[in-house]
Amino acid sequence: MRHEHLLSASQLSREDIETVLDRAAEIEENPAAVQEQYAGRVLGLCFYEPSTRTKMSFDTAMKRLGGQTIDMGPVESSSVKKGETLADTVRVVEGYADALVLRHPKEGSAKMASEFVDVPLINAGDGAGQHPSQTLLDLYTIRENGGLDDITVGIMGDLKYGRTVHSLAEALTNFDVSQHFISPESLRLPRNIRYDLHDAGAQVREHTDLDDILPELDVLYVTRIQRERFPDENEYRQVAGEYQIDDDVLADAKDSLTVMHPLPRVDEIAPEVDETAVATYFEQAHNGVPVRMALLDLLL
Amino acid sequence: MSEHELRVSKIRNGTVIDHVPGGQALHVLAILGIDGSNGETVSIGMNVPSDRLGKKDIVKVEGRELSQDEVDVLSLIAPEATINIIRDYEVAEKLRVERPERVTGILSCPNPNCITNENEPVTSKFDVVRDGVRCTYCGTIIREGIADHLDVE
Repeated sequence: MRHEHLLSASQLSREDIETVLDRAAEIEENPAAVQEQYAGRVLGLCFYEPSTRTKMSFDTAMKRLGGQTIDMGPVESSSVKKGETLADTVRVVEGYADALVLRHPKEGSAKMASEFVDVPLINAGDGAGQHPSQTLLDLYTIRENGGLDDITVGIMGDLKYGRTVHSLAEALTNFDVSQHFISPESLRLPRNIRYDLHDAGAQVREHTDLDDILPELDVLYVTRIQRERFPDENEYRQVAGEYQIDDDVLADAKDSLTVMHPLPRVDEIAPEVDETAVATYFEQAHNGVPVRMALLDLLL
Repeated sequence: MSEHELRVSKIRNGTVIDHVPGGQALHVLAILGIDGSNGETVSIGMNVPSDRLGKKDIVKVEGRELSQDEVDVLSLIAPEATINIIRDYEVAEKLRVERPERVTGILSCPNPNCITNENEPVTSKFDVVRDGVRCTYCGTIIREGIADHLDVE
C-alpha cells in the first residue's frame, strides 16, 4: 500500500485492501513477531467525538506493536475549548507523534487536516463522511466468514449519515459483490456515494423492506439510526426503531448468513440474536486490533 | 451611432465576454474579481436579445486581457461564453471557455457540516465532475444553481 494518509475508502484499490488484510492475518497468526517492531514510536489520538472501539483498538494496536500512544483527551479539556482550530491542533500534535488518528464531527476534516501535517493521518470518522479503517476490519471479517467474492451483501439502517456504510459500500466495489441497500426513504444513500458507486460500475439496489432481499443475503450489515446526525428530532423519531433484527426476522435468512454491526447498537439487533451462529459483530469488533496493527505497520 | 451601439460600445484594448446567460454578468465580474477598483473601464449589457440564448449578457473590460485559465472558471455559469481579446479595436484572439479540473475559492460548499464552512484556514476547492462540481473535502456535489453558491464579492 503506497498511501501517505488513509482518508477515504475510495482511495483503496483491491490490491491495497488485500495487502492490509493479508498483513492482519499474518499478525493475528504470529503477534510475537511484531511486538517490539515500533518500540519508541508514538501514535497521537485526536478524538473530537466519543469513541470506544475505534480509539481503544488503535490504542491497543499501537501498544501491541511495541509503540506508545498519546491522547488529546476530551475536547472539553483541550485547547479546542479555547477556540484552537483543527489545523493548529494537528500541526502541534504532529510534533509529538509519528502518526495521527483523527475523529472529528465535520465532513472533510481529515482531508483538510492531512494538508497541514507531514506524518501519516488516519481518518477515524469525519462527521457523516467516511470511516475507512472500520471498513478494513469489516472486510477482514467478511473474508474470514466466507470470502469477499461472489457474495450478496445487504447494508441496512442509516445509509444517509452512516460513515461506516459510505466507506464499506465504496470499498466493496473492488470485489465481486452484489450490494443491496435497505433503509427508510429519508435515510437513503447520499448523492455523492451513489455517484461513486455508479462511477465504479456498481449497481445500487435499494429496498425499504428487508424481507424483499433477506433470503438472498450472505452478509447483513446493520447500522444504528444515529440520533446525533439528525438536524431534526422529529425526523429521528419517525424512523427510530424501524429496521430491527430478531430471531423471527431472521427465520427466512440463509443458515450461513453473517450478521455484522459496527456497534454501538441501541435496539437494532435484539440480544437473543447474540447467541446464534449468525452473530458476528463482536468478532468484528475484535478484528479491529489486528487490522489496525496491519494498517499502522503499512503506514508508519 | 445607433442606440444599440451606444449601450454596448466598442473598446480599444481589452476583453469582451459574450454569450453569457441573461442575468449572470455581475456573477461573471465577481468570479473574475473585477470590481472597478483597479481603474479599468467595464461595460455591461444585460438581457440583450440573442438568437442563441434568447437573452444574453455581454461584459467588456477595457485595458485587461484575460487568460485562458482566468476565463475557464466561467464555464461553471456560462458554458457557452465566447471570449474576444481586443487589440486596437480589432479581435486579436477568440477563446472558448473550457471546463477546468478544479476551481479554488470561488464557491462555498452547501453542506453546513463541511469543514470548509468552519473557522479553519482552508480555501474551498471543488473538482469539476461530469455534470457539476464536487467539494474536494466533503464530497458534496452541486449540479444545479452553481451561481447560488458563489463565494465572491
